[in-house]
Amino acid sequence: MGWFKRNAEGITTSSSEKKEIPEGAWYKCPNCKTVVSNQEHAATLWVCTMCDHHERIGSDAYFGLLFDEGKYREVAPKLTSADPLGFSDTKAYTDRLDAAKAKTGLTDAIRVGSGEMNGQGVVIACMDFSFIGGSMGSVVGEKIARGIDHALKKGVPFICISKSGGARMMEAGLSLMQMAKTSAKLSLLSKAGLPFISMLTDPTTGGVTASFAMLGDLNISEPNALIGFAGPRVVKETIGKDLPEGFQRAEFVLEHGFLDAIIPRKELKSQLSFSLRMLHTQE
Amino acid sequence: MNYLDFEEPIKTLREQLEQAREIQDKNDLDMTTTIEELEVKIEEVSKEIFGKLTPWQRVQVSRHPDRPYTLDYIEALTEGNFLELHGDRTVKDDKAMVGGLGELEGRPVMFIGQQKGINTKMRQYRNFGMANPEGYRKALRLMKLAEKFNRPVVTLIDTPGAYPGLEAEERGQGEAIARNLLEMCQLRVPIICIVIGEGASGGALGIGIGDKVFMMENTWYSVISPESCSSILWRSWDYKKQAAEALKLTGDDMKGLGLVDDIVPEPLGGAHANREATFQTVKDVLISELDKLQKLNPDKRVNNRLRKFSNMGVVAG
Ligand SMILES: [Zn+2]
Repeated sequence: MGWFKRNAEGITTSSSEKKEIPEGAWYKCPNCKTVVSNQEHAATLWVCTMCDHHERIGSDAYFGLLFDEGKYREVAPKLTSADPLGFSDTKAYTDRLDAAKAKTGLTDAIRVGSGEMNGQGVVIACMDFSFIGGSMGSVVGEKIARGIDHALKKGVPFICISKSGGARMMEAGLSLMQMAKTSAKLSLLSKAGLPFISMLTDPTTGGVTASFAMLGDLNISEPNALIGFAGPRVVKETIGKDLPEGFQRAEFVLEHGFLDAIIPRKELKSQLSFSLRMLHTQE
Repeated sequence: MNYLDFEEPIKTLREQLEQAREIQDKNDLDMTTTIEELEVKIEEVSKEIFGKLTPWQRVQVSRHPDRPYTLDYIEALTEGNFLELHGDRTVKDDKAMVGGLGELEGRPVMFIGQQKGINTKMRQYRNFGMANPEGYRKALRLMKLAEKFNRPVVTLIDTPGAYPGLEAEERGQGEAIARNLLEMCQLRVPIICIVIGEGASGGALGIGIGDKVFMMENTWYSVISPESCSSILWRSWDYKKQAAEALKLTGDDMKGLGLVDDIVPEPLGGAHANREATFQTVKDVLISELDKLQKLNPDKRVNNRLRKFSNMGVVAG
C-alpha cells in the first residue's frame, strides 16, 4: 500500500517517527543538569539516563511510542473551541486560542488516535499540556466522548493519557460539565465490558483528576508525575505549612492506594499491551 | 437581619418602619398611613433592587448568612420526619456532607447535601461546607442504599468547593468525586439536584448528576468562584465582579447553555426573606418532578440522564 493511499484514508504517521532531529541541539536535564543531544534524548524516550527524569512529552510523541509503526487514524481532528461564552479577561479567549494554535500547531489540548498497539486494536486519547495548560473545555470533553464512541463501535479498549491543569476557566460551566460528560461516556464503556486504562502523567490535577483520569479500570502513571485534585500551592495555602517531601507525586499517590502501577516510559507499550491482553480478549 | 451592601436602601426603610411602629405603640399615635406607605415603599425598592441583580450581587445573595441551609430545607420538607445517617464506613463521618432518610408528603426519599454552619463555631464544625473525600463517599454510600431499596435521591448543593487539604489529597479527593460522577450516571433510581446556595466546581458536581438539575434563583454554579477566577486570570483579587460576569454563572445563563434544567423562583428579597414560601416552592417542585420521574422505567430514565450530560458542550468544526 503506497503512502498516498494511506494518506487518503486519513492515516497519520507520528512526526517523531518521520522527522530527523537536527544534530547540534542539546537538552539539559532540569533535575540533574546532565546534557545530552536532542537526538540521544529522543532515543531514550525523553527520559534522562542519569536520574530517570521523565520529560513532559505531547500527543505526537506518545502516539509515536505506542501505535505500531507510529500509525494511527485521528478521531475528530478538526474540532475547535467555539468560545460559546464570549469570554474575555485580560485577553480575549479567542486570542488565547489563536496564540496556542500558532505556538503548538494543535487545534486543542487533546488528540485521539485509533490504531493498533502490538497488533491489538485500541483508541488512545492523549492530552497536550502545551495547549493552554492541557485545560479541559468543550473540545476536550467532546473528543474524549467521540473516542469512547469509536472504541465502543469497534469493540476495542480505550486508553487516555492525561496531562492537564484541570478545567478550562474560559469555558466556565461548560468546562465543569465535561467532567460529567466524560464520566457518562465512561459508564457506557464500562457496561460494554471494554477496558479503560487511564494514564495520569505529569501534571494531572483539578477537574481532570476528579473525573475520567481517576476512573480507569487501571490507573497508571510515570515516575514522579504530579497527580492531585487541588494543586500543591493551594494545599500549602490551605494548611499553612510546607508540604511533605514527595507529596502528590506518583509514588505517594500509589502508596495511598489510587494508582495500580508506575511504569517507566521504556516499558510503557509492552506493559499496556500486556495489561490489555490480560483484561480483554480480542475478537 | 443581615443586609448586603446593595440592600442598604431596604435596610434604611425597614428601620424607619420599625421606628414608626415604636412611636405608634409608645405614644398611642395613629401612624397607620406612614406605616402603610413605608411598607409599599419597601416592596417597591426591593422589587427595583432584586429585579436587576448583577451576577456578582447574586453571588452575594447566594452566600447571605441568613439563607436557609441543607438541613433547614430537609427539616421543613419532611416536617421533621427525617433520620440523619452518618459515616462512609471507611474513614469517618464528614460533617460538611449530610444525608439521611426523610418522608416527603408520604414519599420515602434519600436526602443528601453539603451543610454550612450558622455561626463561627458551627462553620468550623461544618468545615464551611467543604467536604473531604469521606463526605463524597458517604454520599455515594447513601445513594447506593437508596438504589437498593428503590428510593429516589434528592441532593441539595451548597459548597464553596471540595476541601483542598493535605489529608483530602492523601485520601483521594479526585477519585472520590470522579467515582460519584460515574456512579450517579448509572444510578437506577431518580435523582433530583438543586443548587440552593453556592455551586462551586467539582465539589458541587460531585453530588450534582441528576435526572433534573435545578438552581434556586439566587445561586451560582460554575467551574470556579469569581474570586479565584479573578486571582488566576487577572492576577488580582479585585476583578471578582468582572469574573462573575464573564463566568456566566447565574441560573439564567446556565439554563440558557443547557447545563441545568430549570430555575426555582425565590421570594422577593431572596430565599431567606420568606423561608416558609421558599420551602413550599421547593416542596411543590420536588413532588411534581419525582412523580413524573418515577413513572419512567429505570433504563429509560438512565438513558435520558446519560444523553443529557453527553450533549453538554459547544464546539466548532
Ligand atoms: Zn537527569
